[in-house]
Amino acid sequence: MPQLDFLISAATPFNLLLAVAGVVAGTVIGALPGLTATMAVAVLVPFTFGMPPASGLIALGAIYTGAIYGGAYSAILLNTPGTPSAIATTFEGYPMAKRGDGDLAITLACIASVVGGLVGALFLLLLAPPLAAVALRFGPVEYFWLAIFGLTLIASLSEGSLLKGALGGCLGVILSTIGTAEVGGDIRYTGDFKSLLGGIEVVPALIGLYCVPVLIDMVATADPHLRLKEKLAGYRLGEALRLACGSKWNVARSSLIGTVVGILPGAGGSIASLVSYAEARRSSPRSANFGHGEPDGLIASESANNATVGGGLIPTLVLGIPGTPPDAVILGALMVQGVRSGPALFSVQSQIVYTFIYGLFIATILMLPIGLLIGRHAFRSLIAIPKAILVPAVAFLTVIGAYAVQNSENDVLQMVLLGIAGWGLSRFGFSASPIVLGLILGPIAEAGFVQGTLIGGAKGSVLAEFFTRPISVAIICLIVLSLFYPLVLQRKRLPAMRRQSGPAQ
Amino acid sequence: MNRSTKLFFAAAAAVALAGQAAAAYPEKTVNYIIAFGPGGESDVSARLQEPFFRKLTNQTVAIQYKAGAGGAATWSQLNGMPADGYTIVGTNLPHLILQPLEKDVGYKTDDIDTVYWFHYTPDAIIVPVASPLKTLKDLVEAAKKSPGTITFSGSGTNSANHLAQRRFDKMAGIKTTYVPFKGTGASNTALLGSQVTGSWGYTTVRMMLGEQVRCLAVAMESRHPKIPDCPTFKELGYDLVGGAYRGIAVPKSTPRQIKQQVSDLIGKINKTPEFVAKMEAAGFAMLDIDLARTAEFMARKKSEYEALAKEMGIVRK
Repeated sequence: MPQLDFLISAATPFNLLLAVAGVVAGTVIGALPGLTATMAVAVLVPFTFGMPPASGLIALGAIYTGAIYGGAYSAILLNTPGTPSAIATTFEGYPMAKRGDGDLAITLACIASVVGGLVGALFLLLLAPPLAAVALRFGPVEYFWLAIFGLTLIASLSEGSLLKGALGGCLGVILSTIGTAEVGGDIRYTGDFKSLLGGIEVVPALIGLYCVPVLIDMVATADPHLRLKEKLAGYRLGEALRLACGSKWNVARSSLIGTVVGILPGAGGSIASLVSYAEARRSSPRSANFGHGEPDGLIASESANNATVGGGLIPTLVLGIPGTPPDAVILGALMVQGVRSGPALFSVQSQIVYTFIYGLFIATILMLPIGLLIGRHAFRSLIAIPKAILVPAVAFLTVIGAYAVQNSENDVLQMVLLGIAGWGLSRFGFSASPIVLGLILGPIAEAGFVQGTLIGGAKGSVLAEFFTRPISVAIICLIVLSLFYPLVLQRKRLPAMRRQSGPAQ
Repeated sequence: MNRSTKLFFAAAAAVALAGQAAAAYPEKTVNYIIAFGPGGESDVSARLQEPFFRKLTNQTVAIQYKAGAGGAATWSQLNGMPADGYTIVGTNLPHLILQPLEKDVGYKTDDIDTVYWFHYTPDAIIVPVASPLKTLKDLVEAAKKSPGTITFSGSGTNSANHLAQRRFDKMAGIKTTYVPFKGTGASNTALLGSQVTGSWGYTTVRMMLGEQVRCLAVAMESRHPKIPDCPTFKELGYDLVGGAYRGIAVPKSTPRQIKQQVSDLIGKINKTPEFVAKMEAAGFAMLDIDLARTAEFMARKKSEYEALAKEMGIVRK
């Protein structure tokens, strides 16, 4: 029973210690806005070089999964995704915290993350090689259509005006074209500013667009930042478990989406969480509550983004292609360790791989107590800190976070400017999410389009390349569905909307 | 007596000199700035250097990432960094030559003082293992039969991969289609998925993807020790040697003596057999261009790349 041996070697005291330390470090780093999972892994990678490969990998996996979960804290408590993977967590998490359910939201995020993480790891354990083969069926054209599909999610993500959502999405796409084109090399819209040659980085933009408006509002109003329902009610674990069990299909679907998106190289936790959020909203019986603190949306986002950890490791380990950005760092660490990824890894060096996978399971399970404990502290201290200290402290963190992405002052400036612009736009009913979605998906769509055109041209027909490949056709059908769905929904909702009076906050 | 006194003084002087040299550099942690994100070849090679740096000097290196604008974000600031040998920066070719030709990136090629070029990733043509193209000859013939239909994935536009594709097309008198991807990872995905005929990649790609791919030719003087089944372009009649070169630079105003010390240290690491073995196992090819020879090396590469850049029409007017 070799599998049992692997489990045992994953559960040595040293490896357990690494898993605990990794989850704690990851959660804390991930919780700080701007310090992403990629960075958490990159910063801590040197510590693993002295360890045996399997132990080093367990530490990195634990950091990674912890960081993805940690991103939820700032998403829920500050409306700022701690990592890009937590963008969709802000949609419901922050309204929940606003109305006094911050503790519940954090516990719920923890449960969803653990379940999502376990589902992703399960796929990694059982189906890695065949799933990696599926990932390879996605060519540039499929990525183009996927990105377009992602952009149609704006329809279900925009609060209020669909037109404003669409305009915001366009703005995001245009912003994403600034700088040196990755594919083609042309320099666009830099206005001769050298600082714009590198384009607009997603993470500083994220911090600016989400966090700066919150900071401004905190200063502008006298109310306490977050309200408390009554007294601190502890973890509210029972309540959270009931909620999670109540939407087990949502959890399953979102974890599955997260795993699949993770497997596709080039798409990461941010896209996974947005897609499953949109899906949860579409199929939830309480879809009208979305945007106002509906736990289902939070569950979807958090289970999906942690599922990308296991999913993303599938192409990383099987093919040697990073599934998500942090996987690129893990792959580099493997190279330094002298471990060859690739199909042979699962047979020749199965000891390392399976020990690692079981270690990932253990780390994910450990995330439950650790996450609850850290989450409670984070929540309590955020409630206890007076605004006069909280605002400058968070403002300071946003600067650090934006700077840390690539150690660049430029990014800080971009963050502040975009933040102020975002605040101004939000006054006119434009929300940040469509802009961010455009910013993330624009480059994927563009690269896919150019590459698809080049390959199609070489094969003889560009149109055939874009419209006849089976996976492309399937995605195009999804796009059509997604585009017309809001119209159907609107027809259903309109009478209900009329009955309710006044716009919701 | 006289003789032994002389000997004594000579020995004492030698000891003092050696002591001084050892104490002079480095006395504290050295900041090693990578102009790219973590996980890439620049990062991996720096990570491989790190333990040997520690072993040889008893000091540590702090590897930092300052990515942006394809490396230009770092290089444009290099000469403003402390010129004391405690801040060293990874440099790359052809980037350092091509970027300033293309646009105003805030530095000029001659502003960057690389003190040691320590390795390169040789260009290589890689195809999926299932590809009907078994040899370079097969590829050239297929390309001649139907010009433009052979597609190659590669990392970036006007990059080392792109340049190699252009050079080889010209040498072989063929026309192929280069499809740029964002980074080696994305290019490899397209390669493994057979979205393209093959890939203009590096020896490191062959090592990373292992038996899933076949290497048709490498742009080295002689075969890579870890990929002995892959012939060189030279063997097959094409004078193509090159790839992406990586070096270590310090700010221009750094005193010559310190530059020499940095160069010597990198050279010492480069000659540690254990380090060489690790680098080669990852697919890198070693290079030893020390301070005395960097100027000549750069001049040669400059004329080579400039001619190519002009041909490709990427030189800024």
